[in-house]
Amino acid sequence: MDNVVELKNLKVTFVAKQSFLKELLMKEQPLVRAVDGVNVTIKKGEILSLVGESGSGKTTLGKAILNLVDIADGEILFQNQVVNFHHKQEVRRFRQKAQVIFQDPYQSLNPKSLIIDIVAEPLEVNRLIKTEAERNERVMKALHDAGLDPPERYLYRYPYELSGGQRQRVAIASALILNPEFIVADEPVSMLDVSIRTGILKLLVELKESKGLTFLFITHDLSLAWLISDRIAIMYLGKIMEIGESDTVIKQAVHPYTQALLEVMPIPEVNRHRQRKVLSGETPNPTNIPAGCRFHPRCPHAFDRCREEEPVLQAARSNHLAACHLIEKETSQENSHD
Amino acid sequence: MSSIDGVMRRKKLKRFWNGFKNNRMATTGAVILVFFSVAAVIGPVLFPYNPMEFGTVETILQPPSTTYYLGTDNLGRDIFRNLLSGARISLMVGILATLISMFLGTSIGIMSGYFGKTIDSVLMRVTDFFLVIPWLPLVLVLVAILGSSVWIIILVIGLTSWAGTARVVRSQTLSVKERPFIERARAIGADHSTIMMHHILPNVFPLVFANTILVTAVAIISETTLSFLGLGDPTRPSWGMMLHYAFQSGAASSGAYWFFLPPGLCVVLVVLGFTFLGYAFDEILNPKLRRR
Repeated sequence: MDNVVELKNLKVTFVAKQSFLKELLMKEQPLVRAVDGVNVTIKKGEILSLVGESGSGKTTLGKAILNLVDIADGEILFQNQVVNFHHKQEVRRFRQKAQVIFQDPYQSLNPKSLIIDIVAEPLEVNRLIKTEAERNERVMKALHDAGLDPPERYLYRYPYELSGGQRQRVAIASALILNPEFIVADEPVSMLDVSIRTGILKLLVELKESKGLTFLFITHDLSLAWLISDRIAIMYLGKIMEIGESDTVIKQAVHPYTQALLEVMPIPEVNRHRQRKVLSGETPNPTNIPAGCRFHPRCPHAFDRCREEEPVLQAARSNHLAACHLIEKETSQENSHD
Repeated sequence: MSSIDGVMRRKKLKRFWNGFKNNRMATTGAVILVFFSVAAVIGPVLFPYNPMEFGTVETILQPPSTTYYLGTDNLGRDIFRNLLSGARISLMVGILATLISMFLGTSIGIMSGYFGKTIDSVLMRVTDFFLVIPWLPLVLVLVAILGSSVWIIILVIGLTSWAGTARVVRSQTLSVKERPFIERARAIGADHSTIMMHHILPNVFPLVFANTILVTAVAIISETTLSFLGLGDPTRPSWGMMLHYAFQSGAASSGAYWFFLPPGLCVVLVVLGFTFLGYAFDEILNPKLRRR
């Protein structure tokens, strides 16, 4: 399968705002390392879920791919070509192929624009249509593809006249109108009622299947990721901890952090009492990432090596990578038993 | 499809009209302004006035009568006719100066808020300059240098009164530009001018609109002040100019109330009308101020 997006050692940093006095006294301003060296490939026609707690940098990673925040280091390859974000034409071409669906459909649509103008905007800013009729036709098709039927009913309305689910479908229609290859969906259902979520998720899966679209699905909900994605990447403090096929990651999690996330996943069974290993402590401050493995202060299995050496992503089994020293430890123990 | 469009627009208009109708300040202001606008448009046609045509010794400073509805001034000119053509000048200067001021204030405010950093600092220092500099001496000097035609006065008032608007628009822009639909616009590849015109302007416009009406009131007062101080255009006598002549000829001390009261009351009423309307629009368009 072709790679649609490939991230090579991607880093995004922000300068942390401080009080004026501190800024005067301290020479160096503390950096928030929101995304701290991520290597991921997203294959054509798959849904890759990016799962992490709040503050893990998953949204920042999604924005960095679309050049909505500046990259501090690393490279982004789109369809096996490095995207040069300083080249205006190239950015424009890239943006026609990579679209985004935002989390909050109440905020991501301009309240003063009609639906037809919102959906047609990508065509207009890229000067891709010539006639009014063509514009109408393409908007109607996009609305239809996004499941708003009949489309004529929605054209001349304002966002405030629609429900949350309908708005999110408008946002999806606007992302679809340029026939993109790749869509970043940043928690597209977390602001919606539970009853509407399924419809939107189904729509995304249908789009993947009918148009061969590739999705980066950002979510904090592991069960949701399991439900819709082909592969799952677990992110913690700006780094990928574990990545692999959804079923493998969920059923045979290797990384202690993934295991901890799985522990708190609800299981629909009454009268089932089980011991839950709940993680202690909060996510550390990203200006001050722990040395060694960034998860070691909260890890139940941490040993000396974890405090000193940062683990890299390594294969736990085929198509399943994790950044944890336990993998080597276990294999070496198995070897010594033999 | 256009019929649906029409229905939606009518619905919105109706909502606005209901808010307007039940707001006493809005209706009072509107009645006053409609009255003066009609007077300014058709008045000088029905009662033409030539400021260069002076009366005779018998007709100077006549009290109101059936020939001179509001009496005559110290040069024997009909005050009623002067008042009507003065309405035209005062409203025209007020509205045109406001248009200039709004254009400057809105574009500077949006650019400053949107681009931030150096552009913001530079534009805001210029704005601060216009905010803190004593307005009257500046305008007096400008008019004295550039000459006192109506167009110069419009330009000078417009160029000196945009700073407040720029500040208000900038702060609103700062809040609007952080909203996700701006980020969405960037993600689909919109350039800066598209974002400012299509996304920021419509969302700061209600504020600009309410502000416009208030600035018009200020512009009319400014024009009156300048004319009263003798910097008006003598060929187009406005209300301020009438007050200037009345003051010069000692109308107040000689008891010629018909000379200074009508223009004075007209200025007060028009300014009041604009102010009422401005506050009322603010209230109707800004949901946070809506009364329950």
